[in-house]
Amino acid sequence: MAIEAGSVSVVSVGATKTEGGTRAHKIEIGKKPQVAFEVWDTAPLDWPEEFDKVFAGSLKDPFSWAEKCVNEYKAKILCVKLQGAHPDFENKPPEACAKFISQLLKKVDVPLIISGCGDDAKDNLVLPLCCEAAKNERCLIGSAVQDNYKTLVAAVLADEHNIIAESPIDINIAKQLNILISDMGLPLERIVINPTIGSLGYGLEYAYSIMERARLAALAGDRTIASPFICFVGQETWRAKEARISSEEFPGWGSETERGLAWEFVTAVALLQAGADMLVMRHPKAIEMINKNMGTLR
Amino acid sequence: MALSGLDIYKLLPKTNCRECGFATCLAFAMQLAKKSISIEKCPYLSPESKVRLEASSLPPIRLITVGEGESKLQIGNETVLFRHEEKFHHPCGIGFILKDSLSDEELKKKVALINNFQLERVGQHLSVDLIALKQEKAKSRFIDALKIVLANTKLNLVLMSQDPVALKEALVLSSGRRPLVYKITKENLSSLLPVIKEFKVPVVAESNDISSLSELTQTLAKEGIEEIVVDTGLKPVAQKILDLTQVRSLSLKKSQRSLGYPFLTITSESDNYAQTEEAATYISKYAGIVLLNHFDPACVLSLLTLRQNIYTDPQKPLQIEPKLYPIGKTDKNSPLLVTTNFSLSYYTVLGEVEASKIPSYILSVDTEGMSVLTAWAAEKFNAEKITEAMKKFEVEASVSKKSIIIPGYLAVMSGDLQEQSGWEVIVGPKEAAGIPSFLKNIN
Ligand code: SF4
Repeated sequence: MAIEAGSVSVVSVGATKTEGGTRAHKIEIGKKPQVAFEVWDTAPLDWPEEFDKVFAGSLKDPFSWAEKCVNEYKAKILCVKLQGAHPDFENKPPEACAKFISQLLKKVDVPLIISGCGDDAKDNLVLPLCCEAAKNERCLIGSAVQDNYKTLVAAVLADEHNIIAESPIDINIAKQLNILISDMGLPLERIVINPTIGSLGYGLEYAYSIMERARLAALAGDRTIASPFICFVGQETWRAKEARISSEEFPGWGSETERGLAWEFVTAVALLQAGADMLVMRHPKAIEMINKNMGTLR
Repeated sequence: MALSGLDIYKLLPKTNCRECGFATCLAFAMQLAKKSISIEKCPYLSPESKVRLEASSLPPIRLITVGEGESKLQIGNETVLFRHEEKFHHPCGIGFILKDSLSDEELKKKVALINNFQLERVGQHLSVDLIALKQEKAKSRFIDALKIVLANTKLNLVLMSQDPVALKEALVLSSGRRPLVYKITKENLSSLLPVIKEFKVPVVAESNDISSLSELTQTLAKEGIEEIVVDTGLKPVAQKILDLTQVRSLSLKKSQRSLGYPFLTITSESDNYAQTEEAATYISKYAGIVLLNHFDPACVLSLLTLRQNIYTDPQKPLQIEPKLYPIGKTDKNSPLLVTTNFSLSYYTVLGEVEASKIPSYILSVDTEGMSVLTAWAAEKFNAEKITEAMKKFEVEASVSKKSIIIPGYLAVMSGDLQEQSGWEVIVGPKEAAGIPSFLKNIN
């Protein structure tokens, strides 16, 4: 590859028994690229029907969904999105979210990435409780953003997790946020950058070049931007029109599932070339393919 | 590659005679380095200096043309390793390999499928560029198959044959189409060279490693053949990426002329999805041409879109002309939506408006190609700018309801806009996907 991951920091996620946790293994983000399966704490409303088929109806039960990813599809790490906490969704109370995380940690033994619902005010209530519920498990928790990072950083520090720092396709904000977070005492080596990618055809090239630039700067010795990247590929690709409209409306271009799959793994392939370290993806087939692709790149 | 101003100065007569129009030789050298003037302006250059200066003004990676006419493929002439440093100039060609062992019927069907694969995306025309016909059978079958291909497509051609007799006949048949010949190697050099020389067509030079590849292209250059596309043959993806990267960086950073050609890749994975991933990898990293074996519409759509993304100019977002666009059979009561002139924003809204089947107007405001939120932050898409655009494009003449729908993310500007434009402001959905149901509800 054109960009080597030589001087990017390695963020270790998941604490094993010897490290005081209960995870079966740990995942080192920044060493070689890897994939996390995206699961939710509640049944998604707007995912294509295809997912109901693939997960055989288990989307309604987050625990069996997560277990399916781990047991059947051999997920090595899960990314749990706490969508149910969103005020416009189910508005689950923070305690319920924390309880969900504790239970999930008992059901599966892979490391966890925990992603808030995206509503800053609510996440500030939910994520600290989840950090506490997952104490000693060394999760990756997100997202801290430029105007809302203090609460999360404090919680992550208190319970010894890692943090996702999210910046809107902007290298300077990414650096700035990394500095702000490390100024609070969380070392740069525990930060993973979310550069907010767009999917194939929907702004992919912006994050692509931001990631290349950041990686070049990191290799040139800039420690403030030498964090690994996490890319939320699944959530972006399955919103794309190409992954949604039926073949009746768009004849001659394959089914929406075929298009969606291609959209998901091609987006991921391109981001790998730009330096992605952790890909959060949805469809098991796309994940199988991207694992294969990563195999060919080694 | 390019010489610096001082390097050039050393090659000049240093007499400051001013005949070039500059006060000093150094001033002239600086202009030459910027490529803003021609070396011909100095009449006193020594022949040796002239040769060196001419060589340095050649592009580090040659521009190669395959095909003729409007849909010809031009590749190469790249100047950077990373698109943010400038841009990638010539989108790589994407093509499919068809074997002459296919039956006439199959061949026709496949050619038609590939040929008809065309669509508009974000205002650009996307299509496959090449059909590569591969010889597996005797010469007569290859020629018959070529006739079918020639008769059924105007797409650019690659002739995959190493049989000089078959190639010669094929090149006569495809005269005026300027096909790319695949491939010349050290082993077949003596038999293919005369054919390539006679027909003056571009050729793929293949050698397994980079140093022998460089020798091969030098041999070809001595024979006057410089319309070359290079390849390093069948090898694992990781090694291929290494070759692609090395060839690109040696030609750009080390001025290695003998490697300054576009690179051809052929996918080796047999599984359809795996070959798509392999092709996507090559598109991202420096391929000039990507040939695939298996044609699958959904996968090709994703690859053409990826190529479009990678080759977009990072300094110049795709823009459309700002104006009032009527969509469908609009009348005075049709709803009016406003968005930016960033192609992606406009075409996303357009797609959803079309899907709603409700005739509407879209007002595209000149935001210099910035997206909704970026333009809002940069004050290119606020109440004032939108009001200006409404006046400029005389929306009042087209829409009688005097109400305008703004993107959901910009709800904050509704008061201002209402005040400045005097129109009723309706806050639309945040995501374009919500437009169809939104339009149905307000109707
Ligand atoms: S014409 Fe040539 S010699 Fe005379 S000043 Fe210009 S560069 Fe120098």
